[in-house]
Amino acid sequence: MLSRTASNLYWLARYMERAETAARLLQVGSRMSLIPSAGHGYRNEWESLLRASGTAEGFGQKYGDPVQRNIESYLFFDRDNPSSVASCIVQARENARIVRTALTTQMWDALNTAFQELRQLERTPRSELDLNHLTDWTMRQTALLRGSLDASHLRNDGYDFMNLGFFIERADNTARLLDVKYYVLLPRIDFVGSGLDNYQWTTLLRALSAHRAFYWAYGGEVTAGKIAHFLILNPQCPRSLLACTQGAATHLGRLSRGYDRTTPAQSQAWGLLGEIAELTVEDVFDEGLHEFLTRFIRAISDLGAVVHEVYLSGDVR
Amino acid sequence: MTAYFNEMFDGERVRRPYLQLSDWTESMPAEFRSLKQAEAEALFRRIGITFAVYGEGGDPDRLIPFDMFPRVFTNDEWRKLERGIKQRARALNAFLADVYNRGEIVRAGRIPSRLVYRNEAYEKAAVGFTPPRGVFSHIVGIDIVRTGPNDFFVLEDNCRTPSGVSYMLESREIMMRMFPALFRENRIAPVDGYSEALRRTLASVAPAKCDRDPTVVILTPGHYNSAYYEHSLLADLMGLELVEGQDLFVEGEFVWMRTTEGPRRVDVIYRRLDDAFIDPLCFRPDSMLGIAGLMDVYRSGGVTICSAPGAGVADDKAVYTYVPEMIRFYLGEEPILSNVPTWQCGQPDDLRYVLEKLPELVVKEVHGSGGYGMLVGPKATKDQIESFRDRLIQTPDAYIAQPTLSLSTCPTFVEEGIAPRHVDLRPYCLVGETIELIPGGLTRVALTEGSLVVNSSQGGGVKDTWVLAE
Repeated sequence: MLSRTASNLYWLARYMERAETAARLLQVGSRMSLIPSAGHGYRNEWESLLRASGTAEGFGQKYGDPVQRNIESYLFFDRDNPSSVASCIVQARENARIVRTALTTQMWDALNTAFQELRQLERTPRSELDLNHLTDWTMRQTALLRGSLDASHLRNDGYDFMNLGFFIERADNTARLLDVKYYVLLPRIDFVGSGLDNYQWTTLLRALSAHRAFYWAYGGEVTAGKIAHFLILNPQCPRSLLACTQGAATHLGRLSRGYDRTTPAQSQAWGLLGEIAELTVEDVFDEGLHEFLTRFIRAISDLGAVVHEVYLSGDVR
Repeated sequence: MTAYFNEMFDGERVRRPYLQLSDWTESMPAEFRSLKQAEAEALFRRIGITFAVYGEGGDPDRLIPFDMFPRVFTNDEWRKLERGIKQRARALNAFLADVYNRGEIVRAGRIPSRLVYRNEAYEKAAVGFTPPRGVFSHIVGIDIVRTGPNDFFVLEDNCRTPSGVSYMLESREIMMRMFPALFRENRIAPVDGYSEALRRTLASVAPAKCDRDPTVVILTPGHYNSAYYEHSLLADLMGLELVEGQDLFVEGEFVWMRTTEGPRRVDVIYRRLDDAFIDPLCFRPDSMLGIAGLMDVYRSGGVTICSAPGAGVADDKAVYTYVPEMIRFYLGEEPILSNVPTWQCGQPDDLRYVLEKLPELVVKEVHGSGGYGMLVGPKATKDQIESFRDRLIQTPDAYIAQPTLSLSTCPTFVEEGIAPRHVDLRPYCLVGETIELIPGGLTRVALTEGSLVVNSSQGGGVKDTWVLAE
């Protein structure tokens, strides 16, 4: 397939996954703002959300103080924020328009309908829009796209590039959310293990639609160790770093078989997968959760760069 | 008040091809109609078939209005049109092959040499090269208007990259989906063979150096282009890659495309890009859309470009006047379809006449298209006429003038019910190893009451075009 087509498919998947993360972040924020905070006022949580999505600077320049309503606008509607739900959906649909022929009608429908409905939402007065409605709506759109990909797309290289996009973006997003919880949200180390700490962990699980799954898988009390295991090392959790890396490696494997050519992208993915599969929670905490996550985020970003180089740039001979 | 030919009614009597449609509309309640109209619009929007209007800003995803009332031709009418169109397509291609080689028609004094060799569209880089099968223009779109039961005129020829065929295909899709009963009751020739015929045509002009199944691609300026939807639809229907300039590169004596598996050789390029942009080394150096070195590969027979660079010299509005002459010169036949009488403002006698009759005439730019830069005398204000008069005196060569034609009308759904609106027709003739014409085309309709301008950029709409089988 054309490298440019592959690139558009890969990125449209990444944008949709990113839109979903933005919506999940908003959910976390609105839930956290409902409980008494750790002494810095509600602003603390909202600010950490901006940092989690890497948009604190842009927001500061535009609005100044983190006021909930502005943050909601910024994370959902603002086209100046490249990671807002609206920006991501518009971008994804734009990419889809470019590679219209590489998508099934159902998938195009899912993306185009999301775009049309978004424009409706943009025209609706904010006072009539409920945040929960907006986040639910976003997750429904991304689910529609993934569902139609699964149900209607040929299992060809295009399918692999889209899945690669989903998994790489999701790995990055889970790592960031986790990092924010641990590094940014908790203001002081003595809060670790406190009621607030546990409440935040639970909220994080909720944001990842994983809190029931977590109880099914682990039972008992919520502890940092269990959650770290769940979100990093448990292959059953669909958003865990291990599951995402495994997904990326699987699709890279399919590409190398389909093209009968192995590239540095495969070896890099297998290397990362091998490392994470061997880890224990103790290893992670010994290294330091933040240090580990920083390293992982870099590794995933390197993997993305290699994928670009060997498949998407069109420069390979 | 001019009497216009109404394609449905002959006085009070309904003309035969429209009989069934007349029952159809009479039995259709008004609510049902508006429901169906909304459904059609939703379908168009959902498949994403939209049309961007240059320079108007606003909604880039604007819909081109679709009118549900079909335009109908009998088989006899169509057979005559078909012969006339194919004849014209052959003559235009013979002309192109001639003027880039020996130029017999100019030597024979049948067309002024300045109109050919000093034409902006005459491509020096194409001189002396004959593309595969001698075909320059592979898709010829011929705009036709009707003024009476048996009177058809060619308004203009489009030899470069005529657009609009996606509307022919999608209008039919939508009509069949919404009104299946109509298609059971009427015997309507299908149009969905178009994409296969186009693919065959493109594959049939692969260069001699191609020794395997040819790889054909469609070259688009990109998704900001107003016809992008059409480019992607055609690529989809034919199973071809839709490429941009950045996807192709020249190496050795061939053109290659960048794929996830490495470079792949390209044999035929159906380009939807003007000559000026296809090769920055040969034409506009600032073009970001083209492929550097493409023309060298083309001239050495490594790739076929459809339509061939330089094909535009056959379709400008000044050369148009000489197409009947081309038919006589190359084919030794009499033209089956007539031209509209045309005055060349570049010729002093003609100019004098045009200036005198300006309020009655239609004036067009020789190189204009899309209904821009034209004057419709009877509909224009005094100021508009005077400003055109100045322009004509300044640069007479840039204009031609034609009488205001009494374009036929076809019943059209309007707010108040059904009313006649003016229509034209653009069929698409395919020229490769064979010459093919799909029974159908793009019918454009001027939705504003009394308007004669059907261009979609000027508020025109489209209709499904039916050709009834025997």
